[in-house]
Amino acid sequence: MQQVAKNHEHGHAHDHEHGHEEHEQLKVLGFWIFLVTDCILFGTLFATYAVMNHSFAGGPTGAELFALPGVIASTFILLTSSFTSGLAILAMNKGKVKELIGWLIVTALLGLSFIYLEVTEFIHLVHEGATIATSGFWSAFYTLVGTHGLHVSIGLFWMLAIIIQLRRRGLTPVTRRKVTTLSLYWHFLDVVWIFLFTVVYLMGVM
Amino acid sequence: MSGGKWLRRLQFGVLATLASVLLAGCGSDYVVLNPKGPVAGTQYDLIMISIILCAVIVVPVIALTAFIVYRYRDTPDNKATYKPNWDHSTTLEIIWWGIPIVIIAILGYFTVRDTYALKESPNKEVKPITVQVTSLDWKWMFTYPEQNIATVNYLQIPAGVPVQFHLSAEAPMNSFWVPELGGQIYAMSGMTTELYLQADEPGEFQGRGANFTGEGFAHMNFNVKATTQEEFDQWVKEVKGTTPAMTKEDYEQLKKPGLTEVATYSSFPEGLFEEIVAKYGHGHPVDASEIRTYGDKKDETSAPQMPNMNMTPGMNH
Amino acid sequence: MWESFLEFCSWFFVTGDPLIYGAMVSIALTMVAIVFVLTKYKKWGWLWREWLTTVDHKKIGIMYLIASLLMLFRGGVDAILMRVQLAFPNLEFLHSDHYNAIFTTHGTIMILFMAMPMMFGLFNMVVPLQLGARDVAFPFLNAVSFWLFMFGAMLFNLSFVIGGSPDAGWLSYPPLSQNEFSPGPGQNFWIWGIQISGIGSLATGINFIVTILKMRAPGMKLMKMPMFSWSVFSSCIMIILAFPILTVTIALLYLDRFAGAHFFTMDGGGNPMMYLNLIWMWGHPEVYIVVVPAFGIFSEVVATFAKKKLFGYKSMVAAVMGIAILSFFTWAHHFFTMGTSASVIAFFAITTMLIAIPTGVKVFNWLFTMYRGKISFKQPMMWTIAFIPCFVVGGATGVMLSVAPADYQYHNSYFLIAHFHQVLIGGVVFGYLAGIYYWWPKLFGFKLDEKLGAWGFWLWNIGFYVCFMPQYALGFMGMTRRYYTYGWDYGWESLNLVSTVGAFLMGAGFVFQVWQILYSIKHGERDTTGDPWNGRTLEWSIPSPAPFYNFAVVPQVKETDDFWRVKEEKANGTYKEEPVHLEPIHMPKNSGLPFIMSVFWFIAGFGFVWEWVWMAAIGMIGVFLTMWARSFQYDTDYYVPVDEVRRTEASLGRVY
Repeated sequence: MQQVAKNHEHGHAHDHEHGHEEHEQLKVLGFWIFLVTDCILFGTLFATYAVMNHSFAGGPTGAELFALPGVIASTFILLTSSFTSGLAILAMNKGKVKELIGWLIVTALLGLSFIYLEVTEFIHLVHEGATIATSGFWSAFYTLVGTHGLHVSIGLFWMLAIIIQLRRRGLTPVTRRKVTTLSLYWHFLDVVWIFLFTVVYLMGVM
Repeated sequence: MSGGKWLRRLQFGVLATLASVLLAGCGSDYVVLNPKGPVAGTQYDLIMISIILCAVIVVPVIALTAFIVYRYRDTPDNKATYKPNWDHSTTLEIIWWGIPIVIIAILGYFTVRDTYALKESPNKEVKPITVQVTSLDWKWMFTYPEQNIATVNYLQIPAGVPVQFHLSAEAPMNSFWVPELGGQIYAMSGMTTELYLQADEPGEFQGRGANFTGEGFAHMNFNVKATTQEEFDQWVKEVKGTTPAMTKEDYEQLKKPGLTEVATYSSFPEGLFEEIVAKYGHGHPVDASEIRTYGDKKDETSAPQMPNMNMTPGMNH
Repeated sequence: MWESFLEFCSWFFVTGDPLIYGAMVSIALTMVAIVFVLTKYKKWGWLWREWLTTVDHKKIGIMYLIASLLMLFRGGVDAILMRVQLAFPNLEFLHSDHYNAIFTTHGTIMILFMAMPMMFGLFNMVVPLQLGARDVAFPFLNAVSFWLFMFGAMLFNLSFVIGGSPDAGWLSYPPLSQNEFSPGPGQNFWIWGIQISGIGSLATGINFIVTILKMRAPGMKLMKMPMFSWSVFSSCIMIILAFPILTVTIALLYLDRFAGAHFFTMDGGGNPMMYLNLIWMWGHPEVYIVVVPAFGIFSEVVATFAKKKLFGYKSMVAAVMGIAILSFFTWAHHFFTMGTSASVIAFFAITTMLIAIPTGVKVFNWLFTMYRGKISFKQPMMWTIAFIPCFVVGGATGVMLSVAPADYQYHNSYFLIAHFHQVLIGGVVFGYLAGIYYWWPKLFGFKLDEKLGAWGFWLWNIGFYVCFMPQYALGFMGMTRRYYTYGWDYGWESLNLVSTVGAFLMGAGFVFQVWQILYSIKHGERDTTGDPWNGRTLEWSIPSPAPFYNFAVVPQVKETDDFWRVKEEKANGTYKEEPVHLEPIHMPKNSGLPFIMSVFWFIAGFGFVWEWVWMAAIGMIGVFLTMWARSFQYDTDYYVPVDEVRRTEASLGRVY
């Protein structure tokens, strides 16, 4: 950035900074629209799940196999991680890079344990005889929950990339925007999980 | 039906136009336009109403296009008015938002009326007979639960009697269509659809599968023969006396992908159709007694609700 | 060893049929043609620097255009093969399997690999220029979109020679498209070709929404935006709402095929009808996605060539946005014959009819734009004038189809085939061709030859009516779509023969257009003014072809047809010259990552198609690594110095 500015007339350095700022805002808007598309993606999966709700094909039902305590634990973990990612944003707004990185690491660790619990749950279910090929219901279950898990996993790698970039570059308009979009993404996944927990697990057990 | 004399006359006019535009001799080959029963008749009337209503817009618009394009062509000797900044007229815009709205309202009225009407038997005075239709790869199996006979790739029905079809499939989805008697309906595995048709007079009609099912799809034609009630009863008697019974093994054989000739069976395994439906019922463990047996029960006319229709349109927003 | 190699080959490649060998040759020729067109005069290095790594929206637009014309060729050959097979009863030109594969690929290619990229090409070529912007909002993402489309299309087309084509219809209804009835990789090619290019389409939708919302020149309020950009906005809104449904639907279909899931299977609690609902929740908006931009093109062309302001601008905006909303509430009209309750059917019949209202309004507005105008009959205007009667009739048969009980008689018949070809050819193809003729000089700096164009125009138009009018009649004669053969006993033979003649006429029209392009490269009338048509909007205010940064100075907009205003003010002497101040221009740097990432997607897709998990994993890891690499790139843009801008402008005849 600075190198580029040096190559040109000095008077424009300020404009360049301004141009970047504007461009980063575009990216945040673009990310919001991406979240709209992701919303529809999950909406479609939820709709599929609703249609498949009773398609057990003689196989096990959700109520028989769901272990609520583990799911409640992962719900709390994910909710907490959403909160810590909010704390990360607060730290960023105060300009404290180290604190920001710290909270991001906490968020990532919580996300990681969420994924760990989910994988354990899936393994448990498979051992109980419920695989993706068991029935329409389990196909829909694994796809819906798994797609959310995949989103969280991608988010973890993304978080890692941003932590590295924050360490290297500190807070710039670009890294700020990246943290902002990541946090949007993380909150979004949290909201999806709340729906998922209600529709799949709570209503599934009832 | 509702069509008055004016409608018949207009129909004639429209048909004549169609014939001259499309091809000389709008003969009996135009099966959709030659209804041979009340259901196809209702649909024919709707087709004509919609053609007329559309023509009310299409013809003037095309004429207007030709006129405007000619009148306002940019040639040196053309003295037509030129108003480059005239871009708005509330009156005009109200007119052309209004015209389509009125036409759609009229058409919508007829559509909704007949959509409900066609769900019911076209002839309430006569008790319908029931035929179960199963689409297989690549043949049609017809079972007559009341007569306990079965046919493959041809259908025989009494004229003047409404026929209530129950349709399902043990193969990719097909569509059951006898154009001269009425429109089509899907035959899908794991569920039944219902369709009423009736032939007014004895005669032979072409029937066909209308939804693509793979390699042998183009050969899924069948003949529909409508006879008098007496002849139909006679035919049933003959079938009972002269043809073999269908066994489970026969059905398994029939089910295999491939083409077959017509066939007739003096009986079929009891509850065969219900079993085919239940086999792919959407995951509910099926108790054979829960399956509706058709025929002597009261006429339920509501089609089975698709489970997927629970999805509201708003769901994808 | 050799034996098993041969065995592998006969399994891996499609063999045994002279037609397929012919197709292999034609595909090879197409490949050569791609290489030929792209590298005609230059070297591979130039190709890499100038094209494969470009993020310039105009170049991306040109690449979309070339790709879509090639796809139009392939889809057209499919169409002609089908028409040859149906020309006479009981022909044995194609077997059932081949015929089924050909109509499947024809439909898929024409909608997803021809219409979509041609549309995106026009978006790219025009929208930023029309808005007074220097590029789209996310140029890098734009390149990603293009290459995903390109590699998705290549993956799909590969099925012709490797593994076998999909043959379950262009929307692959299950259970027919399941393993049980469609074993082999053909269906997987269909799924992954569409999936990969679909992700690109989704990204383009996001990109252009942000571009339109945020990149307009100062003074250009939304209600002063040119109509084409409005139509793009409407189309993109439908894209972002509809394409995720497609992504999910075909992903689920793949899970059924690959992992044995039970979404759409007959057994195991699967529900094939759910697929029909889902695919049409995307599929219906999809046809509006492609047709609405064509409406935008007609609006621009009509105003320019009638030399008159677009009539009823506000109505037009309301209509395109109304269509965008309504298009999401009509999907079930594609299966009225499913036997659902009368109220559901009635609801969807009415919503379908409602769409006719805004569409009809647009036709009236175009007519009254011409009314009291001065119409000159250049090629873009010819296609527009041909469009109006064609689309009006196609729209009317659409209204006829929406009458649900009557639809029971039209459904899956040639009446339906004739209807949607009439709206898709008469609306979409005519529209895009009008757009291509209209904006061609802006992109390439020369006009396309009028005389050869006239041949193409008349052959297309006459061919269209000769081909499709008989098909309406065939529908009334009960001819069902997707029949690979038929007998003498139905009386279908003469109309089918006529229809085939029409298809050949359209094919001849296409040949003339290709000739026209090749001829005009050398002999076409050069455009030195930048404003060859006496245009009205901003894109005509800059030189042709447009410099890579588009606008040396960002324009200040006061009116809807702002360039027209400037010209008028200059003519009557009221124009106030404002002091011009050149500044360095902020531009994105080229990047090879979009191309590389798409190559990895292709590898992953190929692995998924053959269910080779290792290969899919390599591809996905590659995709992931390129994204990771992109995240660490900070040096992604640069400034064009004032001197260079001044020099470039001077070479284009504009002095600052």
